Amino acid sequence: MSATTDSRPLSVPRPERATPADRPERAAASTPRLPATVGRPLLAVFRREFASYFATPLAATFLVIFLFLTGAFTFQLGGLYERGQADLRPFFGYLPWLYLFLVPAIAMRLWAEERRIGTVELLVTLPVRLSDLVLGKFLAAWAFACVALALTFPLWMTVSYLGDPDHGVILASYLGAALMAGSFLAVGSCLSALSKNQVVAFVVCVVVCLGLLLSGFPLVLGFLSGWAPEFVVDSVAGLSLLTHFEALQRGVVDLRDVLYFLAVMAGALFLNVLVLDWKKAD
Amino acid sequence: MTAIGAPRTSSSSTHQRVRAAVVVPREFTNRPVFNRSAPMDTILDARGLRKRFGPILAVDGIDLTVAPGEVVGFLGPNGAGKSTTMKLVTGFLEPDAGSVSICGHDLRRAPLLAKRQLGYLPEGAPGYPDMTVREFLRFLADVRGLSGGALRERMDTVVEAVHLESVMHQSIETLSKGFRRRVGIAQALLHDPRLLILDEPTDGLDPNQKHEVRELVRSLAADKAVVLSTHILE
Repeated sequence: MSATTDSRPLSVPRPERATPADRPERAAASTPRLPATVGRPLLAVFRREFASYFATPLAATFLVIFLFLTGAFTFQLGGLYERGQADLRPFFGYLPWLYLFLVPAIAMRLWAEERRIGTVELLVTLPVRLSDLVLGKFLAAWAFACVALALTFPLWMTVSYLGDPDHGVILASYLGAALMAGSFLAVGSCLSALSKNQVVAFVVCVVVCLGLLLSGFPLVLGFLSGWAPEFVVDSVAGLSLLTHFEALQRGVVDLRDVLYFLAVMAGALFLNVLVLDWKKAD
Repeated sequence: MTAIGAPRTSSSSTHQRVRAAVVVPREFTNRPVFNRSAPMDTILDARGLRKRFGPILAVDGIDLTVAPGEVVGFLGPNGAGKSTTMKLVTGFLEPDAGSVSICGHDLRRAPLLAKRQLGYLPEGAPGYPDMTVREFLRFLADVRGLSGGALRERMDTVVEAVHLESVMHQSIETLSKGFRRRVGIAQALLHDPRLLILDEPTDGLDPNQKHEVRELVRSLAADKAVVLSTHILE
């Protein structure tokens, strides 16, 4: 701090009346100035964001297209009936590729829109931590994606009616799908903070998510294996979202797979806070 | 940055110019404005603020002290650094040098406490287009921790003060520029802050509304400080 603050009341040794000036936030926040607001700003941001999907045609458009495409992929391309097996593998097999385009469409507006219309200036000057803003908006988008995913329940009902599917496998696959949507959204939210332009945010997000999906595939590994050391190739292969998603699709909820998705989300959101702080005023 | 116009490279001239931009339109107040001695009850105390955007030195060495009951007007041409100064003082931008404290809370060390005392109308009065005025104000009150009776009382007070009764259920995108500005002023007043920073509060308002905003600013309690800006001399 500059020298000027040294002459402020704080630096007087043991002041008679302790002013809250410049004391650590924690101590001063405990004074009954306002009711306890822990978590409240986050909740308010979450509610506003979640409601905003349904206040605009975004929710309706997204849900209709998502459900139509899941149906088309599962029945037409996946051949759910023709396979003669009571499971949802065709559905979950195509889901990552559907998510690749649809989830960035939700994520692209998260921060790009706030920056474009200038409301980011209001949000950042509120007495709220940046991390609460980022988390509140991310959780709202994730909740919306989970609503869309949950609305595919008729598929589950269909296979239950037609046969006797392994419900544990389907449940684990749904968990994996929700975690994958969350990972894409976290990455997209971070990239959305980088640009005011939603289209740029969308395209970059699709490319990065594609990279995350494919990092275990011959396309990426073949490119690396020619020159990179083996441990690099192995760790890149381990980064693949698809590998972990497929592990969950087998019906085994391995903590490592779940932690992998949570780590991707946490990392992307941490970067999101940094990017927002850096780019908010551009 | 919108507030930055002609590039300035000479730091000394900028220093002079931005200083000169800090003047008080006579109609706002007849109280003295500059209080360089920074008394104990200072609401806003900014020292040595400096901000550079690439080659452009937008703000160079601003000291600003505002005491309770004072109204400070930033007057200057577009690009003088008015908005940038406000963004520094509200914590939206980080200064390259200098410090800001609001009601004794340093903006860098205790940002949440400092920002609780702050009501800010950003340039252009941004708002969420799809929200109604009521939803928008409720959201900001919610974030700030207002609830119950206190919330109702404050909502009624600010809605009456800026005459929003007729548009409360309209979405913000359907509002005229003047109403949008008034919604921005309402959200800045909502939590009864001690420091009000209003960036061009009368821009886009008709003469009657301008007069009302001035009356509103004048009528604010004696324990508040107001910083506002305008680029039009009137």
